[in-house]
Amino acid sequence: MIAEAGLAALWIGAALCALQLAAAILAVRGEAELAAIVRPVAVAQALLTTLAFGLLIWLFVRVDLSVLLVGENDHSEKPLLYRFAATWGNHEGSMLMWVAILGVAGAAVALFERKLDPRTLVATLGGQAAIGLGFYAFLLFASNPFARIDPAPAEGQGLNPLLQDPGLAFHPPTLYLGYVGLSVAFSFAIGALVTRDVGPAFARAMRPWVLAAWIFLTIGITAGSYWAYYELGWGGWWFWDPVENASLMPWLAATALLHSVTVLATRDGLRAWTVMLAVIAFSMSMIGTFLVRSGILTSVHAFAVDPRRGTFLLALLFLYIGGALALFGARIGTVREGTRFDLVSREAGLVANNLLLSAVLGIVLVGTLYPLILEAATGTKLSVGPPYFNAAAGPLALTLVALIGAGPLLRWRRDDVAPLLRRVAPAAAVALVALVAVKLLAPSIHILSLLGLALAAGLALASVAPLWRRNLARAPLFLWGMVLAHLGVAVSLAGMACDSSFTVEKLVAARIGETVPVGPYQVRFAGVDPTFGANWQALEATLEARRGDGDPLILRPQARAFWAPPTETSETAIHTALDGQLYTVLGKQAGDGRWQLRLWWKPFVTLIWGGGAMIALGGALALIGRLRRGRVRVREAWA
Amino acid sequence: MKPKNQRLTLALVAVVAVVGAALLAMSAIKDQAAYFYTPSDVAKAHLEPGAAVRLGGMVEKGSLRHLPDGVTIRFVVTDGAASVAVRFSGIVPALFREGSGVVADGRFDDARQFVADTILAKHDERYMPPQVAGAMHESKSLKK
Repeated sequence: MIAEAGLAALWIGAALCALQLAAAILAVRGEAELAAIVRPVAVAQALLTTLAFGLLIWLFVRVDLSVLLVGENDHSEKPLLYRFAATWGNHEGSMLMWVAILGVAGAAVALFERKLDPRTLVATLGGQAAIGLGFYAFLLFASNPFARIDPAPAEGQGLNPLLQDPGLAFHPPTLYLGYVGLSVAFSFAIGALVTRDVGPAFARAMRPWVLAAWIFLTIGITAGSYWAYYELGWGGWWFWDPVENASLMPWLAATALLHSVTVLATRDGLRAWTVMLAVIAFSMSMIGTFLVRSGILTSVHAFAVDPRRGTFLLALLFLYIGGALALFGARIGTVREGTRFDLVSREAGLVANNLLLSAVLGIVLVGTLYPLILEAATGTKLSVGPPYFNAAAGPLALTLVALIGAGPLLRWRRDDVAPLLRRVAPAAAVALVALVAVKLLAPSIHILSLLGLALAAGLALASVAPLWRRNLARAPLFLWGMVLAHLGVAVSLAGMACDSSFTVEKLVAARIGETVPVGPYQVRFAGVDPTFGANWQALEATLEARRGDGDPLILRPQARAFWAPPTETSETAIHTALDGQLYTVLGKQAGDGRWQLRLWWKPFVTLIWGGGAMIALGGALALIGRLRRGRVRVREAWA
Repeated sequence: MKPKNQRLTLALVAVVAVVGAALLAMSAIKDQAAYFYTPSDVAKAHLEPGAAVRLGGMVEKGSLRHLPDGVTIRFVVTDGAASVAVRFSGIVPALFREGSGVVADGRFDDARQFVADTILAKHDERYMPPQVAGAMHESKSLKK
């Protein structure tokens, strides 16, 4: 019954979505009384998709094996957390989550958006419904999560063990909130194009939504990176895997949008470009969804292998991106040119920021799609890996970092070069000193890491410079947010450079009792014992790591064997110190009583994710600051 | 500077940046992309030592040797029609075993041996890279 109720909720939701779209179109074309139903319908539609998603979770938690999807991905011996999270650890469930979040995002706009012009708001909700309708169709016709199987299997097939980790409960939902949250920016752009309302008021209304989606994306990417780092046991934190790129591309576009929407909101510039970026940002989300969910990539993320689904998603992709670009082309001529600005000004700095972000986005997009297109066109198979991305995107990213330092020190509208140089000088000096110091201490360091460390030092100073000589108690919250986020970039960059240059790696076959030095630690291999969990058994090594004369730390990396589905994984054991991480992996038995051990000392590697968290937190501060200021304005207007 | 010129300058800078990025991307792709080869492709193509190569096929039964250092292995990758000897230092993935599919990223050394930097293995058809599945399928049909 539950599965049928879920399917019914989806169908009714789809019908309401169609109603929302029709009412919005008619309302914008003049039937003003229809506008009144658009908001309630958007909310009702969101409640129904959320209900359907909740029912699917319920089926997974109860392990109802008469539902095909549950039988294929669930297992009664799995702990509660993984039965719960397995709901989205598969193709259909994750697409249902996608649609549910899309609905909730639309409902949030319907309930909370107060600044936007009412006609534009209705058009925006129409845009949201147009996206929703396509993805409802995809669920109902190509990926029904509630399909039954008769007879029901006696036991489920279980979940890919790599996904059986607390990260699964956290990483996909946050990433999806970001991905799909960008649909709001897309719909805002559509709405404003339809009602010819592109201007500062529109930008001020759109900004918090972009910011919110961007915060979730940042958290999702940071969490995903750390998850891959400790779960895969390869010691790396970013692999330029197409699936990772699929999440990075919307983030790059959203970051550019976040900055250009500020130009539009404060200075009424970059009108057309901001609208274009809003379209691009969500297009990147959809391309990402297509890459991950169509089955053309194989990775732990790719579940679907049904080619019909890929074609369906590709059709949706062309429909929405093509439709939005056509609307853009038709209407952009009617958008008035924005306010002009000088070549040396905050606006110009933000334009440069947008250019560089777009260029990096282009490089990642080319590297991700080129192998797919080449194979489809000529049958030639090739893979594009880290050497390409580092060589092509690295220099641009470092230029961007330098710009992050200088940008906030520029004045709006027009600035002069000489005072700007005076403002930038201290940070540049710090960067130069850092460059020389690092080169002297580590002469063989790779050029990108060297520049990265120097720029990180300079940016650390430059990013807090906007607070210089300000009354800190009265500095607006969004300024603090910007400072924190930019400082987070410096912190993260320093972590990346330290990890890639100063990591010490040891790969050995050790006898029990043997001691292996790695970085500042002496690691003694004390033994291997069997152990077990709810749905796995494992061999667990005991490692005693000593630093100086202190008490030994105990690390216990495992080689696990799951039985549903039967798979082996390695569980890393990581010790976090203030100045880095000791990362240990247990390998195979090497014969003659030795065991393979892989040990890394990774200095300051935690800064990478710490910086990511700072960036997200900075975004959150900015969001709170904007919303509070917005409320004050509304109150003053009423008084 | 006149506003008109200013717009033009901005547009020019944008064009230069985009073209520069595109050139950077194209040259990097030319140098850095690793082409996918099956052992049969390797036999046909003349591969320079040191060029990045992605080799895919099946670990030949009975070919796996462990070297005395305990962390280096040698094995043979085959697609049924041809085979390539591979050396790898590291912890092999849990799913790596004789008779299972494998993708090895690496390069040929001067002695024409393939040195793998990373090894990906999938034994379950569900998680098999399409390239390997394709290569195996082709060689199977060749044998028939």
